[in-house]
Amino acid sequence: MIPRPASVELERRPRVAQASFDSPLAERLEAIWKTGPGLHGQLATVDHKTIGKRYLVTAFLFLVVGGIEALIMRIQLAGPDANFLTPQQYNELFTMHGVTMIFLYALPVLSGFSNFLWPLLLGARDMAFPRLNALSYWIFLFSGLFIYSSFVLGHAPDAGWFNYVPYTGREFNPGVNIDVYAIGMVFLGISTTVGAINFIVTLFRMRAPGMSIDRIPIMMWGTLTSSAGNILAVPAVSLAFFMLWLDRRHGTHFFEVANGGRPLLWQHLFWMFGHPWVYAIVLPAMGIVSDALPVFCRRPLVGYTPVALATVATMIIGFGVWVHHMFSTGLPGLSLSFFSAASMVIVIPSAVSVFAWIATIYTGRPVFKTAFLYFAAFVFLFVVGGVSGFMTAAVPLDWQLTDTYFVVGHLHYVLLGINVFPVVGGIYFWFPKFTGRLLDERLGKWSFWTMFVGFNAGFFPMHIAGLLGMPRRIYTYPAGLGWETVNLVTSIGSFVFAIGVLIFIINVVVSLRHGTQAGNNPWGASSLEWLTPSPPPSFNFVVIPHIKSRYPLWEDAAPEKSERSVLDQGFVLDHGRETLGSSALDAHPDTILRMPGDSLGPLLLAIAITALCAGLVLNLAWLSITACVAAAVTIIEWLWPERFLAQRRD
Amino acid sequence: MATLANPIIVNETAPLPVAAARRVAVGWWGMWGCIVSEAALFAYLLFSYFYIASQTTNPWPEGGLPKLTLPTVNTVILLTSSVAAWWAERGVRAGRQRDLQWGLAGALVLGSAFAGIQLLEWHNKPFSHSSDVYGSLYFTITGFHMAHVAVGLVGLVMLLAGALRGYFDRERHSVISIGILYWHFVDAVWIAVYASLYLSAYLLL
Repeated sequence: MIPRPASVELERRPRVAQASFDSPLAERLEAIWKTGPGLHGQLATVDHKTIGKRYLVTAFLFLVVGGIEALIMRIQLAGPDANFLTPQQYNELFTMHGVTMIFLYALPVLSGFSNFLWPLLLGARDMAFPRLNALSYWIFLFSGLFIYSSFVLGHAPDAGWFNYVPYTGREFNPGVNIDVYAIGMVFLGISTTVGAINFIVTLFRMRAPGMSIDRIPIMMWGTLTSSAGNILAVPAVSLAFFMLWLDRRHGTHFFEVANGGRPLLWQHLFWMFGHPWVYAIVLPAMGIVSDALPVFCRRPLVGYTPVALATVATMIIGFGVWVHHMFSTGLPGLSLSFFSAASMVIVIPSAVSVFAWIATIYTGRPVFKTAFLYFAAFVFLFVVGGVSGFMTAAVPLDWQLTDTYFVVGHLHYVLLGINVFPVVGGIYFWFPKFTGRLLDERLGKWSFWTMFVGFNAGFFPMHIAGLLGMPRRIYTYPAGLGWETVNLVTSIGSFVFAIGVLIFIINVVVSLRHGTQAGNNPWGASSLEWLTPSPPPSFNFVVIPHIKSRYPLWEDAAPEKSERSVLDQGFVLDHGRETLGSSALDAHPDTILRMPGDSLGPLLLAIAITALCAGLVLNLAWLSITACVAAAVTIIEWLWPERFLAQRRD
Repeated sequence: MATLANPIIVNETAPLPVAAARRVAVGWWGMWGCIVSEAALFAYLLFSYFYIASQTTNPWPEGGLPKLTLPTVNTVILLTSSVAAWWAERGVRAGRQRDLQWGLAGALVLGSAFAGIQLLEWHNKPFSHSSDVYGSLYFTITGFHMAHVAVGLVGLVMLLAGALRGYFDRERHSVISIGILYWHFVDAVWIAVYASLYLSAYLLL
């Protein structure tokens, strides 16, 4: 049980003390913050570090599953006229590959990093809404399993991850598969939305004193921007999928021409979401590089302010480019010109960041650790993917290349280059903080070079296949079109890439047991998470530090006259689970925040919503209604005013 | 409380409010995040409405121009409900329990009246959600709004239950403030729905 004070105070002068991680105060905080024992503790925990690690592991498992789906497809495509897969199996595989990688891996893995790191980077003890944090994980897990349950039902989604009508209308696709996908996406949207709100509120309300908004790590700009984008963009796709489900199951006509609807409405709603989403799954990863790359260059990032502004600008422009996915649908010329221009303008902020990274490497003293290699490779792959993206922003060229393998090559350079490479680099960087041990450098170098060579061998030839006219989403192709060599090389490259990922996984498994003990700050990094022991204790910080610069752990190298952060002395805040609330921009202390304890509420609510979704797909009204009532009861119990949180009188 | 041997007490600062006391808590920020996302949802709903309206060759609106009397009266009722909720929150901030209770009860009654009249309005429509794309849009958009009204009404019942037990006062009103913020949103977004589905049909003839 968490010790709580008997009387409820409305205000207090917080004690300021000096204390270390092995003081009696630390023991006391551990007793207050630690997760309860046993299975109940595991299911009820709201510790952001546990949730973050769960996010990372779950997202990686989805990555492995999506990768296996890709490898099976590459066996089929390795040579012409193959019969390894039936067309239907191929359709299901490429659809689930896209769904898995884009929705169940790419953003959740970044949420994993952000969840683990967010309060540690801010000098706080937890997220603003700990139970909501647990809820967002459970819903992510259950919605992923929900979408995958379609395989068990014998019929997976098969119309591509962007699921265009009319293929997905009831007339042409009558099975339960599209309904599972539709409801599953609405379901997953809840996780994304509540997670995004949590990041934003935590960032604006819970920074350590003195950490003004211009002192936060760039990764926070990335996740903040991505979260703001998600809050605005996710409703578009949830609505589109919900309308599709209504069309399929309840006789509405949103997308049916015969009754006045319009199929293009689907494409508009999907891509109004889809393009901001692309930035949501790359900006936090770019932030990882902006923060971690300089550590290995032994200098601060060149151009903090331009990079932060470029991050925000990318997302804002990103809301005005969705029609570039629809250039070939017969829209008016004026519309094409506008969206083509906007898609080209977005190159400018991207280039600002690229030059900042290159300048950081060029003017620094690089240490060629594995993480550095991943980050440097990211810069290169980003440029390649950026250039092919810029090419397809030009309408006439897009008309030639749309729906060919050129686009497949482009999107894999962008998504693997800007997401997977920074993510794996980020794991090499933060693994010691997650686990207390370093990953093996020798295996690391092997994993990097295998992945890098395999990636380029696998995906670069796709551009050529596209220029040779090979359409995407075909389950096989006849001999004699000149596509055999590029496809064989692509298939070989994809297996080499998979071996690289396998070496990385082996490294993780081996290093968990046998890795070198890391200590607090093995890389000599600059941000607050490295102040804590590895892995950090349940309460993160013994006292809330006071921040005076952008790089609180690098102040020894700062000019003599500049102010120094105070890291071992600060607010104690130990009357139960407490942390500091501060003002939104200049982080002036203004509240003692109190955190709710561990709770089964998030898990129960996620189960109720899962039952509701199952009821909607299976057309079981009794199940849907029961689940709604159960969800409502859970929410009311969750939100009921608590004395400890000063929400009600005694 | 245990005395602490080790931490050296260095100094003390100004008193800070604890948790939700005397101010709106982090939940107020969270509710704003929720409102922004929900507002985006309605923006996409209304985008769909205007997009289809501009593209379709069907008669628009289906069944002729909508009658304005009942929905306009209902709009006034819903806005009055927001005024009552505002009164309730103003009351609790000043420590007036009676204002809080009557304000919440008024908001609840007026909100329920809105929902009832809206059901009648649905009943009076000559089309259904499945007769034509206009009907699909009309019932989906107003249906989404009705779902938000339903959530808001359950919320008001809970707030009233807490208020009647004397949970809230001028120091501890954040739950009331946050709940009523949501109710104001439900009412405000109705103005956008009303303007789009009813008034714009006359303007865009």
